[in-house]
Amino acid sequence: MTTTSPVADAPPLVQSRKRAGRWMGWAFVGPFMAVFLLVFVAPVLYAFYLSLFQNQMVGGDKFVGGANYLQALGDPQFWDSVIRVAVFLVVQVPIMLFLALFAALALDSGRLRASSFFRISVFLPYAVPAVVATLMWGFIYGPRFGLFGSINDFFGLNLGEPLSSSWILASIGNINTWEFTGYNMLIFYSALKVIPAELYEAANLDGAGTFRVIRSIKLPSIRGAIGIASIFSVIGSFQLFNEPNILKALAPNSISSYFTPNMYAFNLSFAGQQFNYAAAISIIMGVLTVVVAYVVQISGSRKDA
Amino acid sequence: MKNNHRFRRAAGAALAASLLMGGLAACSSSGTTANAGAEGASAEDIAKALDTETTLTVWGWAPQLEPIVEAFEAKYPKVHVNLENVGTGNAHYTKLQNAVKAGSGAPDVAQIEYNALPQFALSDSLVNLKDFGAEELKDNYTASTWGSVNLNGGVYALPQDSGPMAMFYRADVFEKHGISIPTTWDEYVEAGKKLHAADPKAYITSDTGDAGFTTSMIWQAGGKPYTLDGSTKVAVDLQDEGAKKWTGTWNQLLKNDLLSPVTSWSDEWYKGLSDGSIATLIIGAWMPANLESGAEAASGKWRVAPMPTYEKGAAATAENGGGGDAVLKQSKNKAAAYGFLQFANGPEGSKIHAANGGFPSTTADLESDSFLNAENAYFGGQKINKVLVQASKDVVPGWSYLPFQTYANSIYSDTVGQAYGSKGELNDGLKAWQDATAKYGQQQGFTVTTK
Amino acid sequence: MSVRLSPAHSRETSPKPSPAAKTRRSPAPTFNTRRRGVTRKRSSVLLTILMGVMAVYALLPLFWLVVNSTKTQTSLFSSFGLWFSGDFALWDNIVGTLTYNDGEFLRWLANTMLYVVVGAGGATFLATLAGYGLAKFDFPGKRGVFAVVLGAVAIPGTALAVPTFLMFSQMGLTNTPWSVIIPSLISPFGLYLVWIYALESVPTEVLEAARMDGAGEFRTFFTISLRMLAPGFITVLLFTVVATWNNYFLPLIMLSQSTWYPLTVGLNSWNAQATTAGGEAIYNLVITGSLLTIVPIVGAFLFLQRFWQSGLSAGSVK
Repeated sequence: MTTTSPVADAPPLVQSRKRAGRWMGWAFVGPFMAVFLLVFVAPVLYAFYLSLFQNQMVGGDKFVGGANYLQALGDPQFWDSVIRVAVFLVVQVPIMLFLALFAALALDSGRLRASSFFRISVFLPYAVPAVVATLMWGFIYGPRFGLFGSINDFFGLNLGEPLSSSWILASIGNINTWEFTGYNMLIFYSALKVIPAELYEAANLDGAGTFRVIRSIKLPSIRGAIGIASIFSVIGSFQLFNEPNILKALAPNSISSYFTPNMYAFNLSFAGQQFNYAAAISIIMGVLTVVVAYVVQISGSRKDA
Repeated sequence: MKNNHRFRRAAGAALAASLLMGGLAACSSSGTTANAGAEGASAEDIAKALDTETTLTVWGWAPQLEPIVEAFEAKYPKVHVNLENVGTGNAHYTKLQNAVKAGSGAPDVAQIEYNALPQFALSDSLVNLKDFGAEELKDNYTASTWGSVNLNGGVYALPQDSGPMAMFYRADVFEKHGISIPTTWDEYVEAGKKLHAADPKAYITSDTGDAGFTTSMIWQAGGKPYTLDGSTKVAVDLQDEGAKKWTGTWNQLLKNDLLSPVTSWSDEWYKGLSDGSIATLIIGAWMPANLESGAEAASGKWRVAPMPTYEKGAAATAENGGGGDAVLKQSKNKAAAYGFLQFANGPEGSKIHAANGGFPSTTADLESDSFLNAENAYFGGQKINKVLVQASKDVVPGWSYLPFQTYANSIYSDTVGQAYGSKGELNDGLKAWQDATAKYGQQQGFTVTTK
Repeated sequence: MSVRLSPAHSRETSPKPSPAAKTRRSPAPTFNTRRRGVTRKRSSVLLTILMGVMAVYALLPLFWLVVNSTKTQTSLFSSFGLWFSGDFALWDNIVGTLTYNDGEFLRWLANTMLYVVVGAGGATFLATLAGYGLAKFDFPGKRGVFAVVLGAVAIPGTALAVPTFLMFSQMGLTNTPWSVIIPSLISPFGLYLVWIYALESVPTEVLEAARMDGAGEFRTFFTISLRMLAPGFITVLLFTVVATWNNYFLPLIMLSQSTWYPLTVGLNSWNAQATTAGGEAIYNLVITGSLLTIVPIVGAFLFLQRFWQSGLSAGSVK
């Protein structure tokens, strides 16, 4: 393909390349797509195939068509888990994104001392593996003897029990906020940094105050970044798994086997061998996630207008 | 007789050879199980398999497996053993089940606890060891452990460890508050009240709900919640007399806030076991090793007593945990795999097991003087095995687990756990657990009856 | 090959792309330098305090980790969590972590390195190639590619876990390093980032010029475009490194031998060890191991921050 040759040959070569060029992009995209087909598309298709069957310890496999989907739609435990992640999404994601946005604006304001220290320290938790983060927070949450217990004893406080069933969702939200605020902050901050200086100069001439500048220049300019961060956070919340699954060892009664849709599917397939039903649940969740992510995107772009 | 005689005459000549072979006594004992002759393999086949270049894969997490494998490889140098720790408890079963489901990738031998054995045995994943003559080993093991591996007329594993329950208690805490050591459950509840009143930070025990513990407690109380009829019919009854007896006692502890709300096996739990805020543990006889490593600071303060009973003087206990080793149907070398079981779960292996902190299931080891009279420094020099071995004889007979116990246990916290969480009525929790378990059984094609 | 390559190389890169490229490339290189010539603003105490609170929130658990990795298991259970206490056992703990069970921690570290180098490296390479292809070529099915990739991101990972496991198992890949590496070769976010970045920073004029000179597309890519893509490339590399370094769920399912575990799965198995009959509780090693696990990745981030910050900026403009 690297047939380099004198310039004289150029016209016909360009010609031929134009014909081949129609497909040239595939030479670049092809390797990615090949692996993608193997590790994403094939398992999705296989999951769909599995979801059409039922397997019993007594009786073996049989084709059941859409029965698993009907069962899932009427399964209170499944909906319980969906509602839980929806609540998580509605509460945790805005808090996290707000904190991230605040931090990014503060860094960008130029009115912060030691800003690079703050930037790095808020971002650091992102580099901590979720497993380590959860083990760590699990130790900290321990109400009797853990750090929480120590603090309560030390100050004579009663801050509640982070692992009790009324607090557990908030405690998990806290772990996620801790892990991902810095990451989102960086996305916002990077977007803020590339706002053209001319915009600010114009605002300065108009005599706009700090908040005015934030509202009418900064926020609109990073809307794209906010959109991306929101969509990834939505997807992340719907897929909540590692944190509750590891914390379950510490708080078995607060975290049910159907705490999140992912945990439900995992427990069904790995503890209950209901691979088929679990596949149906996963596919429903995939569709739901796409829909919600799409709605978030639409509502984001409607604010444009 | 004749054999014996000839053996004695040949002894001198064979001395060198016997020294090389090491455990000759053990060899001859396995030699007697020889002529099984069924579809499995005869003793000769097994001996031949062990003298052939082979690689065996063994999955297990018990820390004693490592020295056992080393000794096995030293004795049978042609057999190489890959010992793999693929996870603990449920993580291990998940992987095993996955490999069975996938049709490949399963090990030759796997550690399986008694409560998970029916699931693998009845789903046809394990070799019936009767085909190798395992039936003849019956008398080597305690009745309760042999009963646990004997399912539907087959033998699906050889027992390794056992967990007859006993009461581990903090002598210093009881002494400090002048409370006498409870022998019945009523006394236990009373002791719990006194202790918590004397020191609001101290609890008689910790329990936030644990499926294994609950079933063992029902077992001790004489309940038989799970019955199997053939391989497709099961009955689930968590409302029987035994279950009610247990909830009658435990409800009092739960509702009066006498249970430390610390989850077992967490770092907090070990902390509580170290600092005396958890005063007793009703748990299997394998616990000493865990105490020694996890609650090092409490060395010298723990003691062991028989498990409290419902009627004074009528000793009764149950098995809690423990398990054995099984041969997988996927194994390509079942004879060698069974040979490994004979070693690991036979006299040689069980000695190594006991020497490394395990609690054996073999009667010979349990009854040996050195085992019974061992003074345990962690327990202030108490001869704890005397108490624990007696416990192994007092196990209430006739218990069985479900063929889908692993799943049932995985949803325990959704049902009984909720009763614990809200300090509600344990009976209601058990009822919910029973119903959810039955529903799953029906979905899996079993005929399930409930009360 | 190389002989013919070099003259072409020098011909293409040096003279032609000057003015156009420089202006079009603007976002990337300018971030690092101070953007606004605005006069230095007065610093705000309130803002600094608020950010200080956030920094404390972010650092406190890490501080806890550092403090507690200096404690023995006994003093771990008997002392206040946020301050040093008892013997300073950090070195003992580190030695213990590295040597426990025949040094399996080091084995896991090496595995993690392997997964990171091959997995993250491969993912970055594939994403860069594909992102560039999407940005710079028109080809049949291009819209479809992006739709499929975005749609697939929304499918929960656990949904794919079981089918992937069963598929890989039939291919004989489970329990091998490949079962961890192959799935981590795909980074949809990386693809997106490079795509956006390539649109911004690789001027089409340069490519046209190279084509005129008769350079092959791949040679153009490797000799010219890749250099322009460097900040985007490094950003993707860092994020895929974090993703593979932190990978937990997939190896947990795929691997049954601890010899192939990455650090995350290994650490959790140490933690689970305390929950088994006869198992040894080693919380001090779990904590120290956690600390050792995050040190390299934190180091990598700090070290390379100049690069990834500019790469991220470009990705987030759109």
